[in-house]
Amino acid sequence: MPGGKFAKLQSVFEGFETFLFTPDTTRKTGVHVHDSIDLKRTMIIVVISLIPALLFGMFNVGYQHYLAIGTEATVMEKFAYGLVAMLPSIVVSYTVGLGIEFIAAQIRGHEIQEGFLVSGILIPMICPIDTPVWMIAVATAFAVVFAKEVFGGTGMNIWNVALIARAVLFFGYPSKMSGDAVFVATEPVLGLGKGTVVDGFSGATPLGQVATATSEPLSITGVTGEPIGLYDAFIGLIPGSVGEVSALCILIGGAILLYTGIASWKVMVSVFAGGFVMGTVCNMFATPVYPASMLSAVEQICYGGFAFAAVFMATDPVTGARTETGKYIYGFLVGVFAILIRVYNGGYPEGAMLAVLLMNTFAPLIDYCVVQSNIRRRLNRVKK
Amino acid sequence: MLSKKNKGILFNPLSKNNPVVVQVLGICSVLAVTAKLEPALVMGISVIAVLAFSNVIISLIRNTIPNNIRIIVQLVVVAALVIIVDQILKAYTYEVSKALSVFIGLIITNCILMGRLEAFALSNKPWPAFLDGVGNGLGYAIILVIVGFFRELLGSGSLMGCKVIPQSFYDMGYMDNGLMILPPMALITVACIIWVQRSRDKDLQEK
Repeated sequence: MPGGKFAKLQSVFEGFETFLFTPDTTRKTGVHVHDSIDLKRTMIIVVISLIPALLFGMFNVGYQHYLAIGTEATVMEKFAYGLVAMLPSIVVSYTVGLGIEFIAAQIRGHEIQEGFLVSGILIPMICPIDTPVWMIAVATAFAVVFAKEVFGGTGMNIWNVALIARAVLFFGYPSKMSGDAVFVATEPVLGLGKGTVVDGFSGATPLGQVATATSEPLSITGVTGEPIGLYDAFIGLIPGSVGEVSALCILIGGAILLYTGIASWKVMVSVFAGGFVMGTVCNMFATPVYPASMLSAVEQICYGGFAFAAVFMATDPVTGARTETGKYIYGFLVGVFAILIRVYNGGYPEGAMLAVLLMNTFAPLIDYCVVQSNIRRRLNRVKK
Repeated sequence: MLSKKNKGILFNPLSKNNPVVVQVLGICSVLAVTAKLEPALVMGISVIAVLAFSNVIISLIRNTIPNNIRIIVQLVVVAALVIIVDQILKAYTYEVSKALSVFIGLIITNCILMGRLEAFALSNKPWPAFLDGVGNGLGYAIILVIVGFFRELLGSGSLMGCKVIPQSFYDMGYMDNGLMILPPMALITVACIIWVQRSRDKDLQEK
């Protein structure tokens, strides 16, 4: 609709007008048949499937905090603490990312795409709770500009935007992204959760402890020194980045994604298969030189960000392989590399992020090989 | 001395025909030596010196070089100059020379040098060849200094080794970005310079 007073701001107007849904005003001329599932609806389903992990992550932030200061608290208090601690990161990530998206869409005269709705919630979920908000702002801005907008915006990016933001933080500010001081919030937030940290407190994540373990057998402990096992890791009552702790909630989200057909089960299953196979192989050659090899394959999958990467990162249809055979290869290699990096590279206790980014890079090559081999197969058929 | 044509030879490589951001030559050393400003500056000056004098020497003997072995002759001249520069750096600025390590030696393989010798010095008189060498060297050095400036400022919080970001910033929670020290950010910084330059200069935009 050209001509109006604010015609220049059309893409911003359209962005709000069609936020999360496409309005039911229809064309007067010509008929357009659409599938009911479009980009907007895809994005909102991914956000919905992230909610279980997000809510549990918030609760766990409070749970770990009250454990660390040695105070009893109700479930609601723990959740409230986590919510308040988490909220600034979410607000900053959305404000910065959407701000850049709006400006970029405005400059190009494109419609505003909802692509960042998912990235914006993913970024705070894959960062430690103590990451300063200005770092999240810097990393988000960098990722949106250099990993997304320069390639042409939503759907054109080569690498997963949220993981690029995390990689920027990881390499730019390593002291804030690893170690044992960042994964458990120890400071009170808005007057909630006042108290001092108990003696014997350690905020190291299970994988962080494993990476620095010297003794056999491995002993993995919670923040106050109590032993934690596979069950705690599956439920998610362990220190870690907000969204990655609970394998159970991630699997619920994964079930939603698979039921609605948003994510490809081929990718998801083959990531877990790759991780399981590599975990088993590493465990067969377990040696104290590489302490992480002493974890069993199931433990490898439950600890750290592996499940989160498998369900929400590797299944990104934009950056993953697109051919059906390619999805198996892509997913399997993500799983293999995640465990490989984790076990045999002492510098990186967690390899899921690097594995997904690496395979993002190779996804087009996998697709190319799959398509070429298909062409060759069919050509051979013609020759005979 | 500085006719209109010569001025063009001297100043074009600074922006419109910059060896790094327009011709995309010599990228390797731009990535390697720009983590700090001081090595970047020294590297830039070294390349200006080597390029200017090798251009002059090749231009002086251009009519006597047999065509078949001209590359070898060029290499000998450049290598000799690089060794002189390397020795001077070792003698007077040992620390910087250590920081630059092999990259002074690798000036020999810098594409800008062979490119200018082949394209310009072999077919021009010594004075324009000298200006061309200085111009291209300056074009290279400018990019090096810009990249080095941002990488040292954001990556180490200092310039030429002196802290410039006040301590009060760090007290408030500011941290140096370790990624700026790593080579990928040199590439991205160069990309940003290219971005800015192309959006200012419409002629350079590729369709």
